[in-house]
Amino acid sequence: MPELLITLITIAVVVGAIPGVCNYLILLERKLSAWMQDRVGPNRVGPMGLFQPLADGLKLLLKEEVIPSHVDRVLFLIAPGISVFTALLAFAVVPFGPVGDASVPSIIRFIIAPNIDMGIVFIFAVGSLAVYGVVLGGWASNNKYSALGALRASAQVVSYEIPLGMSVLGIALLSGTLNLEQIMKQQVDGGILAWNIWFQPLAALMFFTASLAEANRLPFDLAECEQELVGGWHTEYSALKWALFFLGEYTHMITISFLTSILFLGGWHFPGIAEADSVYMGAWLVKLLVLISKAFFFICVMIMLRWTIPRFRFDQLMELAWRVMIPLSLANLLMVMFCAHFGASRWWLLPGSLMLFAAWGMISASLRDTERRAKPGYVRKKAVVAHDSHSTSHSSAH
Amino acid sequence: MSQTPKKKNVRWVEEPEIGFWESTFVPAIMQGLKTTLKHVVDRKPVTQQYPEVKPELPLHYRGVHRLNRDEKDRVKCVACMMCATACPANCITIEAQAAPPEWPDRDKFPKSFVLDELRCIYCGMCEEACPVDAIELTHIYDLTGESRADLLYDREKLLGVYDRTKNDPRDPVRTRRGILGPAAEFQQLPALGPATVVPQSDRSAKSETAGVIRTTGVEGQR
Repeated sequence: MPELLITLITIAVVVGAIPGVCNYLILLERKLSAWMQDRVGPNRVGPMGLFQPLADGLKLLLKEEVIPSHVDRVLFLIAPGISVFTALLAFAVVPFGPVGDASVPSIIRFIIAPNIDMGIVFIFAVGSLAVYGVVLGGWASNNKYSALGALRASAQVVSYEIPLGMSVLGIALLSGTLNLEQIMKQQVDGGILAWNIWFQPLAALMFFTASLAEANRLPFDLAECEQELVGGWHTEYSALKWALFFLGEYTHMITISFLTSILFLGGWHFPGIAEADSVYMGAWLVKLLVLISKAFFFICVMIMLRWTIPRFRFDQLMELAWRVMIPLSLANLLMVMFCAHFGASRWWLLPGSLMLFAAWGMISASLRDTERRAKPGYVRKKAVVAHDSHSTSHSSAH
Repeated sequence: MSQTPKKKNVRWVEEPEIGFWESTFVPAIMQGLKTTLKHVVDRKPVTQQYPEVKPELPLHYRGVHRLNRDEKDRVKCVACMMCATACPANCITIEAQAAPPEWPDRDKFPKSFVLDELRCIYCGMCEEACPVDAIELTHIYDLTGESRADLLYDREKLLGVYDRTKNDPRDPVRTRRGILGPAAEFQQLPALGPATVVPQSDRSAKSETAGVIRTTGVEGQR
């Protein structure tokens, strides 16, 4: 079977499947959101609302294309395309199943572009291009809300690129490769104790957080927050162009979830049912399902986080990136470098990560305290509060 | 600047100290996730599935109007124009006609009575103004029509609403049967209220009832 044909089949399958999956993810998000808010969610179209995505898709297809007269037409039309294109392109190097496993039939390949040695770099390079869709869309709309949303998006993505990249660098150092298939294979071969989450728990947390920010998901969706910016950068978009933006966003979510599972949670490995040497009938299907359920879990977590954490203020967003995540990921990377250089056991990284986390917690707590003490209105707390109602009059003595 | 409150009753509340766990955000996020997960797992939706389940409306709900019939199935309205006058939205148009001689209890009846349901703000003032309890607001809320003209409710339509709703326990006929209304019971006009002293120089001293303070009239009348 020629390699080219397999590649074409894989591309067709992926490009065909992703919009459908995205559609159903939107239904899932709507359902989960409804349940969290004690509502029912879409339940009119088909059983339990299962045909809702079809109805939505049809509506978006048939809807009138509104292009306001004050927009820059070329960029306005290109922007959603860039969004989808980059999101899909990034997926090209993500292995979404047991790649290279012996049990897989030769015609199926779970990655579009196999053996890309700089897979992670490629994903970040293309993923950060996705912000062009947002920025161009916001700018071309010639609308204050859109422009503000685009500005916010660019600042946010630039800031969160750094911790995102640095949290993965540790793994690249540990595995000695940037190839996602290799990283996955190493974890699979090593069993559950070789999962990268044991050595890089802090990096996993930061990677997930930073990628939420990259995908403009709540609590980092300042670029499109409805309460402040109407619709943010997609205020002027409607119908299919708007749908393309959303397709891009949900594809981003899928990529992130797969990446998190592959980088930190051992890919398709699961103790007992999907080991490196499990060769029972349909083993590859089980392995595929394991990886997909891991990714699905992360998507559910993202949706749940959306209704759990309120949106950050913009200065808090920047503070989290520059004062917390960048120093932490740098320290984490340094730790891995020391470990690798002196040939220490990887297991030192687990307590090391926890200690880093704790140290940062204490430092930032004391920082906040110092900041608060420096404020003009600060009244020091009484050590002993005997009579609460009188404590205010005493404090004037200090 | 003074940070110490001067007043005794002002309690100075301090920002709570932020400890280690608070500054890591982790416990707060976990707690929040627990709450959201609890709602997903233990689902008790409060949504009312509207077309299948109708809402339980309060008894004083103000919906579509009706024109009541009296015991002889005549329209109860006496075309006094009180509702049309009281209506803040000017949605009632009445054309009166002299009552036939076989109706001794009234002078007039409405030849046409058109109520624009689209213009109405459902304030219920017409119901309050009506001296003979002829116009009443019902519990019907799902009012639809294919054109604006469809929703110009004339006398027959409004009487039709009465026929549809009179047996509904939520829309009891609030009329005292047999009598048109409190106004029909007046044997004489209510007395005028007490008077105050009006100096002769005052312009109002020339009026017929100088210095009389207007009363609200009879109990139950506005």
